[in-house]
Amino acid sequence: MTLDRRAFIGTTAAAAATLAAPMVRAQGRPRVVVVGGGCGGATAARYIAKDSEGAIDVTLIEPTRTYYTCFFSNLYIGGFQEMDDLGHGYGTLAADYGINVVHDWVTAVDRDAKSVTLASGGALPYDRLVVSPGIDFVEGSVPGWSVADQDAMPHAYKGGTQAELLKAQVMAMPEGGRYAMVAPPNPYRCPPGPYERVSMVAHALSQVNPTAKILIVDPKAKFSKQALFEEGWQKHYSGMIERIGPDFGGDKVEVDPAAMTVSIDGMVEKVDACNVIPAQKAGRIAHQAGLTEGNWAPVEPDSMRSKKDPNVWVLGDATSQGDMPKSGFSANSQAKVAAMAIRGELTGSAVFPARYSNTCWSLIATEDGVKVGASYEPTEEKIASVSSFISDTGEDAALRRQTYEESLGWYSGITSDMFG
Amino acid sequence: MARIAAHIAVILTAAALPGGAAVALEEAAPIGDAERGAELFTDCVGCHQVGPEAENRIGPHLNDIFGRRAGAIEGFPYSEGLARMGADGLTWTLETLDAYIENPRALVSRTRMAYPGMESAGDRADLLAYLRQFSASPANIPEAEPTAIVREVDLPPEVLEIAGDPAYGEYLSAECTTCHRRDGASDGIPSITNWPEEDFVVAMHAYRQEIRPHPVMQMMAKRLSDDEIAALAAYFARID
Repeated sequence: MTLDRRAFIGTTAAAAATLAAPMVRAQGRPRVVVVGGGCGGATAARYIAKDSEGAIDVTLIEPTRTYYTCFFSNLYIGGFQEMDDLGHGYGTLAADYGINVVHDWVTAVDRDAKSVTLASGGALPYDRLVVSPGIDFVEGSVPGWSVADQDAMPHAYKGGTQAELLKAQVMAMPEGGRYAMVAPPNPYRCPPGPYERVSMVAHALSQVNPTAKILIVDPKAKFSKQALFEEGWQKHYSGMIERIGPDFGGDKVEVDPAAMTVSIDGMVEKVDACNVIPAQKAGRIAHQAGLTEGNWAPVEPDSMRSKKDPNVWVLGDATSQGDMPKSGFSANSQAKVAAMAIRGELTGSAVFPARYSNTCWSLIATEDGVKVGASYEPTEEKIASVSSFISDTGEDAALRRQTYEESLGWYSGITSDMFG
Repeated sequence: MARIAAHIAVILTAAALPGGAAVALEEAAPIGDAERGAELFTDCVGCHQVGPEAENRIGPHLNDIFGRRAGAIEGFPYSEGLARMGADGLTWTLETLDAYIENPRALVSRTRMAYPGMESAGDRADLLAYLRQFSASPANIPEAEPTAIVREVDLPPEVLEIAGDPAYGEYLSAECTTCHRRDGASDGIPSITNWPEEDFVVAMHAYRQEIRPHPVMQMMAKRLSDDEIAALAAYFARID
């Protein structure tokens, strides 16, 4: 889905709608500005616009014209998806839902004046603001690495070019070479993500470079779907993958991007490709807007409303809300609760009790899919997990294939739920 | 008291809804009062430790007890009875721990745990709320044991009688359309668009009763009330 004709027309319509906005405002429609066009922001914008049927003026601000999903980027690395198929435009949101799509950066939020400032110089006033900025990295969390080193040692933890770079580096490894991953500490985006990535790198290497080795350096004692991944690695990639946890120095790692070395508790290892996934925090604008406490933005569990400002909602990975993992599915689920609450305040529409859910699928090898999921409800204190399930070890091939096919269906479902 | 007030608020909200739509039959509540549980745990510290420095003593340490298979700490000299229960598949969850603490010997024959049992369900809930803090967080490991419980809420019969409201179904459908495409496309995930209402209702109840085996659908169906299922059926049957 690159810039096709429909997307092009949509974006033009969006530009026209933005120009027309001041006149619309004079007619007194309440204004919602959404910052960030990912899983949280695109879903919130679409649901507010769709369900308010024009009663609310919705503006979505997103710097990129094509959004590449971070989810399924591991399948791209494994050779199961094309990057083009992971790209989504905003044309339908503009053309079919009447959303003002603005491709720009928000440089500042003035919560007293209820206005956001754009990099291009304009400012947009709002009645309610939705901030869904995703993640940024904690500088210095992996000694020796900074964002400036992301070309030598990619994080590939935001969609698009970083995943392409990492895949190219994996494919260029010398025969029998070594790939290293520095795994992140909790909490981080997509708990099974690093381990699905290892599975997909192993799959790619087993096709073209079967004597290559994979080293995981991990500060965590345990990780999501651990039994499932370790069973799968043993079954499909026996002898290829080694993981060093904190009991053997996995939490004392340092990298040298110029020398392409990883030091584990003082022991220096030469590697041929290195994926550094640093510690994470809420995206920049959440901090700039004063919505954070520590690394994350706290929200009310029954609505996703910011605890710092009753006119602001924060969604997705950037929030601290309780038990929900940081995932695209979670952000999409949270966005629907937020959209309902915002419409309720601005137009008096019905507000039902919040309910949230999440499911994460992971691919271990060809047609070997697994999943974990849970449902969540708000308590006074947090969004709490009330039930969960996980795939079993030892499931037969037919069930694993069905789980994989289900994940493809989910991808198609959630991306049309986000982008229309 | 706060909980009773919350129930009343839910019922009032239901009555005030446009079109008389019903609300969820449930609400989440914390397992118990963890601070009070910390005080109750003083009864246990003679044998058990929990927290960052915890080690096995007379009894095993209780870090990550939620979700742990019974008798699973390597090298700890468990009783034969507990080791056998672990081999048979006993896993420590909110329910199994609650039963064990209530009467250890009733759940595990000839366990070495000499504790006579904690009679009060409220005390047990508070103790378990305290212990839950030292097990994996679902935010980091989504498969971790739940941290809250769902309580049934009694709704007046007139609310329960309301069935098949497609407008409410449209709202509820937002959870379905994360996976099931509204336009009826079905690749990997079946279409539920324009399904006959009766089939829809029967299928959802079958998931709720675990007659149909899909874990995601069982999870979804279990927190839908009868009238929510009817509302969803009415909505999906009428999609253009």
